Amino acid sequence: MSIENLKTFDPFAEADDDTGDTKKVENHIHIRIQQRNGRKSLTTVTGLPAKFDPGKILTFFRKEFACNGNKVNDEKAGEVIQLQGDQRKKVMDFLVDKKAGLGLNPDNITVHGA
Amino acid sequence: MSAAEEPKETAQSHTPRTPPLSAALGAFNTDPSQAAADEVPPPEDGGLDLSLLKKKKKKKKVEGADGDAEDEAAPAEDGGLDLTIKKKKKKAKKVEGTEEDEFTAKLKQLEVKDAEEAEEAAQEEGDMETGTGVWSHQESKTIPYTLLLSRFFTVLSQKNPDHSLSGTKSYKIPPPQCMREGNRKTVFANIADICKRMKRTEEHVTAYLFAELGTNGSVDGSRRLVIKGRFQQKQIENVVRKYIIEYVTCKTCRSPDTELNKGENRLYFITCNNCASRRSVTAIKTGFSAQIGKRKKMQG
Repeated sequence: MSIENLKTFDPFAEADDDTGDTKKVENHIHIRIQQRNGRKSLTTVTGLPAKFDPGKILTFFRKEFACNGNKVNDEKAGEVIQLQGDQRKKVMDFLVDKKAGLGLNPDNITVHGA
Repeated sequence: MSAAEEPKETAQSHTPRTPPLSAALGAFNTDPSQAAADEVPPPEDGGLDLSLLKKKKKKKKVEGADGDAEDEAAPAEDGGLDLTIKKKKKKAKKVEGTEEDEFTAKLKQLEVKDAEEAEEAAQEEGDMETGTGVWSHQESKTIPYTLLLSRFFTVLSQKNPDHSLSGTKSYKIPPPQCMREGNRKTVFANIADICKRMKRTEEHVTAYLFAELGTNGSVDGSRRLVIKGRFQQKQIENVVRKYIIEYVTCKTCRSPDTELNKGENRLYFITCNNCASRRSVTAIKTGFSAQIGKRKKMQG
């Protein structure tokens, strides 16, 4: 009995599915790009750490990158920052930069899209 | 040549307000030969198109007949503007080109080196299988290291092909072929071939592509992938590269000879055929996608 129980329950997989996954969403930052009509595009930043104020980051982005943007509260992804145009590299630089930026670990940030 | 001609004409049009105007107007209304005398002589060399432009514009403006003095200036300015734009474009292209050029130059250098080495080798080498040149039995000359090394690898690939396959250079994937279908769709033609090389299912690769590019698409009749949105070959190549790093190569031994299996509990595992290591890979997630387009459509 006990051995069979052990077989069916895979502790690692379960953890990864439930707790590990939700943690990942919080910790891991995704920078994505979406194509719009023509040569226009949209950059989305999800999973920013809670200790930063998304509103302040957004105002900084808007001023620094000279683009409009807004924040959206998504059910799954939480606070999402949307920016007009392809700002992935700039956002990445800002998030990683230790002096002028947030100084986050680049391993926790993934840049998607081609 | 046109640049030399422009300032003269603009000066004409600006300083003496009336005389050239009346001349031009008169020329168009009454006497074409006079106009030809006025305008054609200076731009003999290559000013043809400019003069044509002017004529067209003047004809239009004669009907309007208000800012005549500016008429002559306008085409010249147009010409000037055009030139600058062209120049700018060229510059931009050059900047792009230089990067590529450097790359290609390096590549060429490498190729040249390789070729040179190959030539040198060929001179000395002889044929190692038949035993000529350096490889002949009676040859007392010392064999250079590079030759010995190349001999080792050829022998290895002959006698033990499996072993040599795991080398670094053998893993090659053809570049993705991209075509534009219509205005806003891209066709990824050789996805089947690439998937075969990577030993991955097309569904998995497609799902990853769509998640990364943030679009969707479909598979057409001849198993090509139709992606919504405009993508260049380079972009798709980058995504394929990322896919290979994440889902194909073994993290421990870097070998691309791996298998992707669905383990228990909806997790995907990569098993390496080379070193038998096994690791889990993240499931493909689309993530957040902002709504684009009309809101009415989204609501219902």
